[in-house]
Amino acid sequence: MRQQSVFARRLLYWLSMAAGLVLAIVPLPPWLDPVRPDLALLAMIYFILTSPRIAGLGYAWLSGLFLDVLRGMVLGQHALGFLLVGYVTHKLQLQMRMFPILQQAAIVLLLLALYHFVIFWIDGLTGHGYTAWGRWLPVFSGALLWPLVVALGDSLTRRSS
Amino acid sequence: MVELAHDSRPIIGRGPPLTAYFLTLAAMSIGLMVADQRYHQIDQVRAWLSAVVHPVQRAVDFPFRATDWVTGSFADRGRLRQEKLELTARLRLANLQLQRFAALEEENRRLRDMRANTTGVAEKVLVASILHVDLDPFRHRVLLDKGAVDGVFRGQAVLDGEGIFGQVTKVNAATSEVILISDAEHAIPVQSNRSGVRTIAVGTGDINKLSLPFVTVESDLQPGDLLISTGLGGVFPPGYPVAQVTRIKRAGSMFATVDARPTAGLDRAREVLLVWFTEPPASEPAAAAAPPEASAPGSAGAATPAPPAARPAAPRQAPPATAPANAPTGRPEVRPSPAAAATQTTTPAAAQPDAGGE
Repeated sequence: MRQQSVFARRLLYWLSMAAGLVLAIVPLPPWLDPVRPDLALLAMIYFILTSPRIAGLGYAWLSGLFLDVLRGMVLGQHALGFLLVGYVTHKLQLQMRMFPILQQAAIVLLLLALYHFVIFWIDGLTGHGYTAWGRWLPVFSGALLWPLVVALGDSLTRRSS
Repeated sequence: MVELAHDSRPIIGRGPPLTAYFLTLAAMSIGLMVADQRYHQIDQVRAWLSAVVHPVQRAVDFPFRATDWVTGSFADRGRLRQEKLELTARLRLANLQLQRFAALEEENRRLRDMRANTTGVAEKVLVASILHVDLDPFRHRVLLDKGAVDGVFRGQAVLDGEGIFGQVTKVNAATSEVILISDAEHAIPVQSNRSGVRTIAVGTGDINKLSLPFVTVESDLQPGDLLISTGLGGVFPPGYPVAQVTRIKRAGSMFATVDARPTAGLDRAREVLLVWFTEPPASEPAAAAAPPEASAPGSAGAATPAPPAARPAAPRQAPPATAPANAPTGRPEVRPSPAAAATQTTTPAAAQPDAGGE
């Protein structure tokens, strides 16, 4: 497989993050809404694993900040969540790339749980505590979607190379 | 499995030190959160960022709007006729009621003039539509397509055709965020239209339910009672319907369990009204005493270019008492003349002509 140009990669990364952020606010039917997976976060994890030089922490933080603004949350809440997940993924990157897909999905599950825990915690600190179990659903839907994200990402990079 | 071919990070010489970068950004996020939550100093920053993401929100909203428009334009004749018939029938009914209310309103105004009390006449309304954007599944917030440039201010009351909808919590340049009365963090002072019992209706997080936690077992409330706004907090205009009592359980303790169902179409409305109304004179000292930062809405300066025709638009800002707050602690401050507010039970429809006039 030919090496994809760095610029094309970068563009692909930005586009998929933008798409993930847009999909975070697209209206869904009420039964699907609580299950909405964090696609921007999954895209970020994927790109950190495949091209860590491009998907730096600065972009992770910025994407989170944009999500805060889009959703009208406390500024910095999702930014911190994205940053933390990005950092841990960067740290685990070399190991995670060797894992079979199911094991990867399991790690992604833990990463998403970490992310949602941060969000939940900050929600509590800022007085928006919402404790129903439903808020943890995106953790599972996201982990289930991980193989699809990888497949989609791989096919995109291959086609554009 | 993830493709490995590209751009592997070399094991030695990893570029910028990751941990230091991480800690810097983490400190920045925490700083941002504290500044945003505690001091409201970065409202300006938020306003800029909102301006950046505004096109995205519009883009998300666009397909839905386009579908509405297309289905509207190509609706078949039969359906349009049917709709027109229904609307005509409703209009006739409404007009009939209006005739009665016109007389009542006149009488009400005379009585109020006698008491030198000009509370809560909706002076000016602005129709805003709700953007098709999902904010958070667990918070009842919506985004309106009107913002600071239209003169929207923080704490402004939002109504729909059937009752009180919510209040503005954040104002951006071209959009504003509204907290619904059903949000678990919202509370609104209400009174029963029938018996005049005053209490507070608190959101539950369920879009079809408000709860009235401070009703004693002896209170004169019945299922079916219409709860209207009292205007006591100074945020909402008095006399508009809020909810209808659905269930009362008087058992055991001092307080009864009362549920009510919001009259406004919280999950159905696509268009809502932003309301400017005059304050009761009695509350002026209170308003003056309100924290000065409250009188400067998020984006000051933008509030002034309100339509020139209107009398002093955006009369005043929300005192913090009924702003989306932890309701149970703060009973709304009782004004010098609570009786005035208690007696005036303007019927909701009486204010509709104002609404329609704009």
